[in-house]
Amino acid sequence: MINFVNVSKRYAETGDVLRNISFHLQRGEMAFLTGHSGAGKSTLLRLIAVMERVSRGLILLDDQDLSLAKESQLPYIRRKMGFIYQDYKLLHDRTVFDNVALPLVIAGYGHHEVTRRVRAALDKVSLTGKEKKYPLALSGGEQQRVGIARAVVNKPPIIIADEPTGNLDPDLSEEIMFLFGQFQRVGVTILIASHDISLITQLNHRVLKLDHGQLVSG
Amino acid sequence: MKRSNKNRIKKDPPVRIVKPEIRQTAKAGGNFKDKLNAYRDQHAQALFSSLGRLVATPFVSMMTISVLAIAISLASGFYILVSNLQQLTSNLETSNQISLFLREDVSDAHAKKLVDSIKSDKNVQSVKLITKEQALQEFKTYSGFGAAINALETNPLPIVLQVLPKNALSDKEELSELLKNFQQSPEVDFAQMDLQWVDRLQSIISLARLFANLLSLLLGTAVLFIVGNSVRLELHNRRDEVVISKLVGATDAFIRRPFLYTGFWIGFISGVLAWFIVALLMLILNHSVEALSELYGGSFHLLFLNFTETITLILLASLLGVIGSWAVLVFQLQYTKAS
Repeated sequence: MINFVNVSKRYAETGDVLRNISFHLQRGEMAFLTGHSGAGKSTLLRLIAVMERVSRGLILLDDQDLSLAKESQLPYIRRKMGFIYQDYKLLHDRTVFDNVALPLVIAGYGHHEVTRRVRAALDKVSLTGKEKKYPLALSGGEQQRVGIARAVVNKPPIIIADEPTGNLDPDLSEEIMFLFGQFQRVGVTILIASHDISLITQLNHRVLKLDHGQLVSG
Repeated sequence: MKRSNKNRIKKDPPVRIVKPEIRQTAKAGGNFKDKLNAYRDQHAQALFSSLGRLVATPFVSMMTISVLAIAISLASGFYILVSNLQQLTSNLETSNQISLFLREDVSDAHAKKLVDSIKSDKNVQSVKLITKEQALQEFKTYSGFGAAINALETNPLPIVLQVLPKNALSDKEELSELLKNFQQSPEVDFAQMDLQWVDRLQSIISLARLFANLLSLLLGTAVLFIVGNSVRLELHNRRDEVVISKLVGATDAFIRRPFLYTGFWIGFISGVLAWFIVALLMLILNHSVEALSELYGGSFHLLFLNFTETITLILLASLLGVIGSWAVLVFQLQYTKAS
């Protein structure tokens, strides 16, 4: 599903951030991406989202070479992924419903379909009844679940999460991880960047460990 | 995604490089009608939400819009000014008639003889004699200085012969040759080609027209920059929204849409406001102009923008708004991509 082949990323200012990264995440696999700050976790995720392009090597997404993708194709590639962030990245001037609906509206779904799917997604993250609230009126854990609902509402085959539990206490973190487990069981490929070691060891999943831009395990 | 796939975990398939293709079309739900409705909804949403945002910050919006409206009304004001000047000259016949002003000591009888002799010229089509009395009468009727003229003891006006050359004689050099001949005859005090000063006036007006056009171009450019700047600020304020929309798969067209509508609204409202500003100015001027026109026989009425010109003004203002924001979006979104 996500296949890195000898991927390197070099910035003119800082030099190599990622060096010769190769790994293959299978369809329906869940893996953690870990490593110290500045090890290149975020850069790796940005490469998958094609917010950045690789300097060398290949990234194949569902057998599609991302480095060959034209700028105009990127939106359609990104629609195959749901992104979840540490800071939730919600729009504060829009309701929970509108936040979750955004990917569907962008993809051009009709009004009825949007309503149906947003309800289903909110139901999955146990936020039914909070559609009309604004994000800032919700707790951190609830906001993160809005973020998750937005990531899965379009039923993408891939979920990418960047420190999804970074701002949450252990109980809430466990709750979020439980949700990820549910998505994995229906065949979604999940990559979670995290340095929450206790959480990672607690869950028995594949761990990709980055150290100074190199993959040291996984 | 098929669920059966999850059993194949850990078995790496050989790497295949497939040309990227757009596979989204099959995914976006619903039939064609649904999609069309969704597309229409997207536009309607962008149209009204961008207006809503302008209304939500009334002070800032009105400042921008006022500046634009003043710039646009300046340009259209000049346009109207020139149109009115043009209206003045279009009343003047652009014939190639020559007026001969005879010396004061020439009598009416002598003038009649002169008419006959001029008529015999092969280049002349007709000659009309205007005696001193006729001229005075005409002047009293049309000039508005009737009372002043009555106060004069003697008639100061000369006898005028209006010579209409043959139509075939349209060449300017031949005409001026004819004019020179008339000028040389002893009875003629002064010979003047009417065309000449109509020509002069018209070239002054076309100069004014050119000036108005250049001014419009300059002010139009200013409008572009002002709209561009407000859209840039708006884009800056909504940067998060742009980034998030991009991450969840928004196309550039989707991201641009609300900002283009913002540009449209700014331009449209400024255009309408500019129309009202011009209308107000015209209303103030109209009274004085009518009074002045009355003094000159009342043949001149102030022209305002007609229906087509009004529509053109508003469309042009809206278009400038859209172009201004589009230019900024292309540049700024490229920049967002790079950073």
